[in-house]
Amino acid sequence: MDGVRGLLRTWIRPGAVTAAQGLLIALLSLTTHVALFVLSLVSLLLIPVFGVGFALFPVATALVRYCAGLHRRLARWGGVEMATPYLPAPAGAQFGTWRRFRWVVSDPATWRDLSWLLPGAVTGAVCLAAFALPLYGLEGLLGLPLVLHLTVGFGYGPFWPIDNLAEALLCFPLGALFLAGGLAAGRWLVWLHLAFARFFLPPTRTAELALRVRQLTVTRADTVDAQAAELRRIERDLHDGAQARIVALSMSIGLAEQLVGDDPEAVRRLLAEARETSGQALAELRGLVRGIHPPVLAERGLAGAVRALALAVPLPVAVTVDLPGRPAAPVESAAYFAVAEGLANVSKHSGASRAWVELGHADGRLTIVVGDDGRGGADPAGSGLAGMGRRLAAFDGTMVVTSPAGGPTVITMELPCELSSPRISPSSGTG
Amino acid sequence: MRVVIAEDLALLRDGLIRILEAFGCQVVAAVDNGPSVLPALIAHRPDVAVLDVRLPPTFTDEGMQAAIRARAEIPGLPVLVLSQHVEQLYARELLSDRAGGVGYLLKDRVSHVDQFVDAVRRVAGGGTVMDPEVVAQLLASRSGAGPLDELTAREREVLGLMAEGRSNAAVAARLFVTEKAVNKHINNIFSKLRMPPSGDDNRRVLAVLAYLHGEDGRRPRTPA
Repeated sequence: MDGVRGLLRTWIRPGAVTAAQGLLIALLSLTTHVALFVLSLVSLLLIPVFGVGFALFPVATALVRYCAGLHRRLARWGGVEMATPYLPAPAGAQFGTWRRFRWVVSDPATWRDLSWLLPGAVTGAVCLAAFALPLYGLEGLLGLPLVLHLTVGFGYGPFWPIDNLAEALLCFPLGALFLAGGLAAGRWLVWLHLAFARFFLPPTRTAELALRVRQLTVTRADTVDAQAAELRRIERDLHDGAQARIVALSMSIGLAEQLVGDDPEAVRRLLAEARETSGQALAELRGLVRGIHPPVLAERGLAGAVRALALAVPLPVAVTVDLPGRPAAPVESAAYFAVAEGLANVSKHSGASRAWVELGHADGRLTIVVGDDGRGGADPAGSGLAGMGRRLAAFDGTMVVTSPAGGPTVITMELPCELSSPRISPSSGTG
Repeated sequence: MRVVIAEDLALLRDGLIRILEAFGCQVVAAVDNGPSVLPALIAHRPDVAVLDVRLPPTFTDEGMQAAIRARAEIPGLPVLVLSQHVEQLYARELLSDRAGGVGYLLKDRVSHVDQFVDAVRRVAGGGTVMDPEVVAQLLASRSGAGPLDELTAREREVLGLMAEGRSNAAVAARLFVTEKAVNKHINNIFSKLRMPPSGDDNRRVLAVLAYLHGEDGRRPRTPA
């Protein structure tokens, strides 16, 4: 029983997957490549015919890109990752405009796609063997040639036609041979096609860098905006809060100074007021400091700070930490605020009875999971979650939210970072 | 009363010394960094230590670590920890040895000089003094589950003041009721929290805090 299951897992299922891949690639290549190549060529030739070529070539390119996109997706299915290489469309580049034409023509990826169409059609067509050979093998294995020989006369493999019963019986071993050979060769054929496509379809080094620059520009703009907003908030809070209170404080003390000989009772009242005001100013400053960089994070690092956060949530939160060292301070801070936001969401919206936070580090990535057993249905586009995503994006971090209706909600975040050596001061093992 | 102070800011250190000496305490040592805290405590064996959480050289939680180590070295050594911010995590760590004689206050509270000195005295006497903010956090974050919900608003108020380390008389004065009424509330609280009353105030406060921290094992929660 185990042997059958093992066979299924290690041999037959991947074989079937490869055969299906081969069929898809072959169908796609045979039906579209040549047509698309001809269409592109014709539209290029029509450029001298005023208007027609300019309008047609971008259309042809869009179709080619769609086709290449399908091949990229098939490649991902086969375990080969290819990023999309195209330059972003400029504003106002509708079909039929000169801007659109210029955008398409000036993108090197357009020409790489085009030059791949015909060779891609050849390697793609060859992939049909990855499907056809095992199928032919199955035909022999099932004894179809034997049946057909006995009824109408038939040929199989090298025997055309099958002359006697011995040749007809040979269809069984021959079929097994074709099946095994086809499955083995199929993997290589698909691999060959994908390797060939990888030569043309992914972004060039230059395009990759251009894409990266574009992404960094976006995340930098987000970060700068967020920083500026944060500074404005801090300035306003200081100006309207602590600063104003300290002015009031010094006024009370000044007045008390004036009255000290004449009206000791008023002085006592003023001083009490001053102390009250100083307390409020301190409380405001404390809140502000917590918003900028929580003291417990500075004192205990991410693990301790997340434990402290968990204690302040009005439901039980299980915290598991597996960090052999400390991430860099900015990453630590981003991670802390992401967990804080996540837990705030849990206590505000989830209706959960318990939650959990997991911190781990592997392969140069800090992984943070915040989960709860609440009602689910969290909207990743909501302002809180979107803000978390932007904050993490500034560090090339990613966030995945799964929150089916009825729960549970699980937010998984990843931040690339290295850990420094563990801190020396021991923490006291409680909590 | 002999006191050891650890505070790195000279202005605050001098202020603390001045306040404590004005109220008849003797400051036998005042240190300004983490590593010298423990030797000073061992050398002087004070009646109470007043420690800042954040001290040089690391400016992290050196004072907190020193307090925990000191109580391991000298069991029951009364320590009052001062901080610019309060965390349940730290309160839990300070209380974890359940020996009493600990305090954890926001630095702001020092400005209420009489209350601050009172807190120092109560910690020195083996009492437990938690900052009202810690107590508020505890009560807020523990709501929604367990026997605490059975308490009336008044009983929660009394519980909070008890956790801050106040005597029955002080609670009565604060709430404008008689001491007898306070006693009744406290008995209700303990019966609702399923804690048999004992004669020792500090033990009771400790027990309440331990309970609020959800430190099971000492008193398993009975199913509702």
